Amino acid sequence: MDIFSAGFLNYLIALGTMSGIYAVLCLGLNLQWGFAGLFNAGIAAFFAIGAYAAAILTTPESPNHLGGFGLPVVAAWPVAMLLSGALAWAIGRICLKVQGDYLAMATIGIAEVIRLVIKNEEWLTAGTRGISNIARPFEALPTPWNALAFLGLVAALVAGIYWAAERAWASPWGRALRAIRDSDVAAAAIGKDVTQFRLEAFVLGAMVMALAGALSAHYFKFLGTTATEPMMVTFLVWVMLIVGGSGNNRGAILGAALIWVIWSATELLTNRLPGEWITRTSYIRVLLIGLLLQIVLQRFGKGLLPERPPRMIDDRPKSG
Amino acid sequence: MAALSDFINLYLLPGLVVGCIYALGAIGISLLFGILRFAHFAHGDMMTLGAYLAIIFTASLGWSPYAALPIAVVGTAIVALALDRAFYKPFRRSAGIVTVIASFGVMLMLRSAIQLIWGVDVKTYDIGIRFPMEFGMLKIAPRQVTIVLVTAALVVALHLFLSRTRLGKAMRAVSDDPDLARVSGINVEQVVRWTWIIGAGLAAAGGVFIGIQTKVHPNMGWDLLLPLFAAAVLGGIGRPYGAVAGGLAIGLCQELATYPWFSDQPFVAPGYKPAVAFSVMVIMLIWRPTGLFRGRVF
Repeated sequence: MDIFSAGFLNYLIALGTMSGIYAVLCLGLNLQWGFAGLFNAGIAAFFAIGAYAAAILTTPESPNHLGGFGLPVVAAWPVAMLLSGALAWAIGRICLKVQGDYLAMATIGIAEVIRLVIKNEEWLTAGTRGISNIARPFEALPTPWNALAFLGLVAALVAGIYWAAERAWASPWGRALRAIRDSDVAAAAIGKDVTQFRLEAFVLGAMVMALAGALSAHYFKFLGTTATEPMMVTFLVWVMLIVGGSGNNRGAILGAALIWVIWSATELLTNRLPGEWITRTSYIRVLLIGLLLQIVLQRFGKGLLPERPPRMIDDRPKSG
Repeated sequence: MAALSDFINLYLLPGLVVGCIYALGAIGISLLFGILRFAHFAHGDMMTLGAYLAIIFTASLGWSPYAALPIAVVGTAIVALALDRAFYKPFRRSAGIVTVIASFGVMLMLRSAIQLIWGVDVKTYDIGIRFPMEFGMLKIAPRQVTIVLVTAALVVALHLFLSRTRLGKAMRAVSDDPDLARVSGINVEQVVRWTWIIGAGLAAAGGVFIGIQTKVHPNMGWDLLLPLFAAAVLGGIGRPYGAVAGGLAIGLCQELATYPWFSDQPFVAPGYKPAVAFSVMVIMLIWRPTGLFRGRVF
């Protein structure tokens, strides 16, 4: 294989872009699970809301679905994030008091309901036909610069969210969240509003997930019901965060990149197999991903990059 | 508005049958939550597994699914014990939520294994067309009677087990207070094993009933998960009898919600049946998180 060929370069760019989108998702989940210990089993719901909001707001008018708003991409993303945040707020208000497994059940429920809405409300989402003609930023540039520029945009967003998440991790807000995560009773006893902090982390995480959804809609330029597939969104992101190291923002990014590279590289391998085997091996890949999750959980419970407490405030070098 | 006979034959009876199937799954979720303190996300896939194990015998040996049912139940219980040993036991002493993540992984593995072995096509048991029995305006299919009766028998058996046998009483003790149970000499691991056997066995029976009632496909476990959880929450988590009532209630709610109550159109479009289960769950979480039967909230 000629590693300098255009095809290989495109493959690398695609690999990087997808890793970046998954990294955004992972950082969002880390805000909820790593920071606050909130189990979100419905990542797909917030991802889908972001994706569909961005697609509907930016596409030209179409008889197949709601649209014709013609918003510029940068204006649609905040709206997408706000919508997802509002949904998370509603769910959080109901479920965060009773925590733990209940939140997991409720988020699975909301993901299923969103999936049903997308499938059934054709006037809104075009159902299984999907939304096409979604604009991708920089697509007017010549190849490969258009793809590279989009990769750059994704990378910049990952960097920005990483920076903000790191700041949050060291901030009093992040410390309070970790205290609540490790013992909500103790945190409540020193006067922290446990439900409020959890709600904030949950809403923020959901907004970041919506951004990932919007990015993927613009990247693929097409959005169908497969975008809400629990396997490709919810499970894969959980595996990424657990493998990378929950509670560690760098771990979230590393896990996203690593698992995505494994996932797509194995696809490259299995696609060379004879026809009948291709479908079969795709299940073997899922099986192995599940097994990988179990092994990491049991043997390396903290992931590749374990959580580290931020530096104590007193340790900072004094200036002057 | 449709005629009363349609209401009974097309909404009430199917709701009852679906409710029985949900009850069989929800009992396991509720028992496991009571004993092991975690929401078992792979429980729907246990039902799928039961349904597919029965297919081995109906497809190759031409058995009736009712004859294959006991084997499916035993097979699923064995698989559940093996899965517990490999993937859940290492987390007995850690926080429940880690076990939930592990059950996420098990769900993934079970489903892909089923897809690998049996493929992704929809399958049926080939029981042929049986004409419904008519009692006046009632039209009841024989399989509906069987499903309801077998479920009732299983629930009675479960009740006798929990209330009369030593093991059943130990199980309730562990559910109430695991530490107290342990210091009073109850073999907690034995209780856990029997919880898996009962929970997975009942789930497998429910899965076979789904196959008898409609069809079998690898993703059905995922579709079942939401109504099962809703049933367990409605009945009060950790309360097996509550799970039976919750399952019946969710099944009936889902079917009756599609009845044209106020106009010629279904009140809730049939495509939104799972959303009914979700609504019931949300209402319970707001109004009474302990469930109708005063389960516990962790």
